[in-house]
Amino acid sequence: MEDITIMDAAERYIRGEMTPDEMLQFDNLRKANAEVDQYVVEHTLFLQQMNNVAERKSFKSTLHDVHTELVEQGKIESMLLKGKAKIVYLWHRYKRVTAIAASIAGITALTISALAWAFTPKANSGIDYLERRVNQIDNRTKEQGKELNKVQNSINHRDKTTVNPIVYKSGGTGFIIDAKGYLVTNYHVIEKANNIAVQNNKGEFIAKVVFADKSKDIAILKIEDDSFKPYSSIPYAISKSSARLAEPIFTLGYPKNEIVYGQGYLSSLTGFNGDTLSCQIEIAANHGNSGSPIMNKNGEVVGILNARQNSTEGFTFAIQGKYIYKALDELKKSDTIYQRVKLNSKSSIAGMERTEQVNKVEDYIYMVKVN
Amino acid sequence: MKPQTDEKALLKGLATNDKKAVETIYQENFNTIQSLIINNNGSSDDAKDVFQEAMIVLYEKVQTEGFELHCQIKTFLYSVCRRLWLKRLQQQNRYSSPGDSMEAVVDVDEDVSIHEQKDLELDMMEKAIGSLGEPCKSLIEAYYLQKKSMQVIAADFGYTNSDNAKTQKYKCLVRLKKIFFAQYKNGQ
Repeated sequence: MEDITIMDAAERYIRGEMTPDEMLQFDNLRKANAEVDQYVVEHTLFLQQMNNVAERKSFKSTLHDVHTELVEQGKIESMLLKGKAKIVYLWHRYKRVTAIAASIAGITALTISALAWAFTPKANSGIDYLERRVNQIDNRTKEQGKELNKVQNSINHRDKTTVNPIVYKSGGTGFIIDAKGYLVTNYHVIEKANNIAVQNNKGEFIAKVVFADKSKDIAILKIEDDSFKPYSSIPYAISKSSARLAEPIFTLGYPKNEIVYGQGYLSSLTGFNGDTLSCQIEIAANHGNSGSPIMNKNGEVVGILNARQNSTEGFTFAIQGKYIYKALDELKKSDTIYQRVKLNSKSSIAGMERTEQVNKVEDYIYMVKVN
Repeated sequence: MKPQTDEKALLKGLATNDKKAVETIYQENFNTIQSLIINNNGSSDDAKDVFQEAMIVLYEKVQTEGFELHCQIKTFLYSVCRRLWLKRLQQQNRYSSPGDSMEAVVDVDEDVSIHEQKDLELDMMEKAIGSLGEPCKSLIEAYYLQKKSMQVIAADFGYTNSDNAKTQKYKCLVRLKKIFFAQYKNGQ
């Protein structure tokens, strides 16, 4: 009971509720008893803290009441954030998040497109275009060609003896699709051409490009030479339908200065890396075979030889014949003077012996020379 | 010099927790603070919290002895709110520098840190009271916080007389002091 008495006395002492007599007595007790003195100091601190808690509590409740009242009276804005203010607020709050999200989206999009670009099959990598590289051929051939040119020039243009012969650096093969002198070859054969000439056993003629499609690798040339005499008809046809798997095929082209025959079969309906523009054929091909016609046993052109895979021997690719029709359609759209260009759809050499067929076709195949 | 005397009267009222004075200060300053907070990534609830805390800082300041406010109430509250809100933004990693163009800013770092220290201590006491459990908690709150007399408490809590209530309160107080001073020493 002694402790409770001391506490009671101490509280009354601290609050100043004691009579002067009691106060004097208690002061004496504090001086005499250090323990009591310590207790009073401690308790003073404690009560003060309690007081502060009480005051803070009541002040907080005052603040709360005042806030509620003022909002009710409309004296301060309740800020329910309507309309524009809300948008501004949301923008301020989330602009960083928005910025981060936007950059992530941007980076992701870029990454995906970069990946897509990196993994897309590239038509050109891994395959060689089979244009002929004349400069690899024996120098003597060149010399002969020059001599021939000179002779021809002197025969054809006796008055123009000083014309410099053009040296052709590369080339391929082309074949007639219209009797008036239109030929088809590959785009890559004539890609960087300044001058184009076509040559076979009938002679050499100047030609120009009238149509070129890089994506399909098709080009149409027209012989523009006074000495060229149009054909009366074309023995072979251009096939509109796709070739069939395992169909026997043959080709004629100019991998060297003489025409070369090759035969094989259609080995796949798609080309390099599943390219649906072209098909795969099993046929021996070399530089210079680019643009050679691929024919079936009925004498129908089913494709244009254009490339081979450089890692594996015997994988040759050809553009499907139907794209010649598409190229011609586009050519006709470009200018009305081409309206009368017509593809032959009926082969006149069907059922013939192969040697006979080749004999008939040979004259319509040209070496395309480019510089 | 009327505004100054007005402010002095207001502060005097604030010191005694006079509702009229609190209301006046509140009404004159809250909207400014609210637009400050909202323009800097805050909501209206944040504005209310920050403003009320700043009011407590001011309230504590006017109660210290030899108190003197060297600037307008408006400037003081704005500065404190700005300081408090910056701190909160930094804690949430949403820091963005608020525009200083609106108001003059005074150095309130000391006031804010005194307030934070005091806040910590008072929280400690409230936590200690909270951990007492019933009926001690209510008894202590009734006597020390609501300042009810022992007679009233005895009647409210169903003790036969005020002496019984006093004995009970004494036991509770001994426990509370033990908890509080243990925390107090840890906290120091």
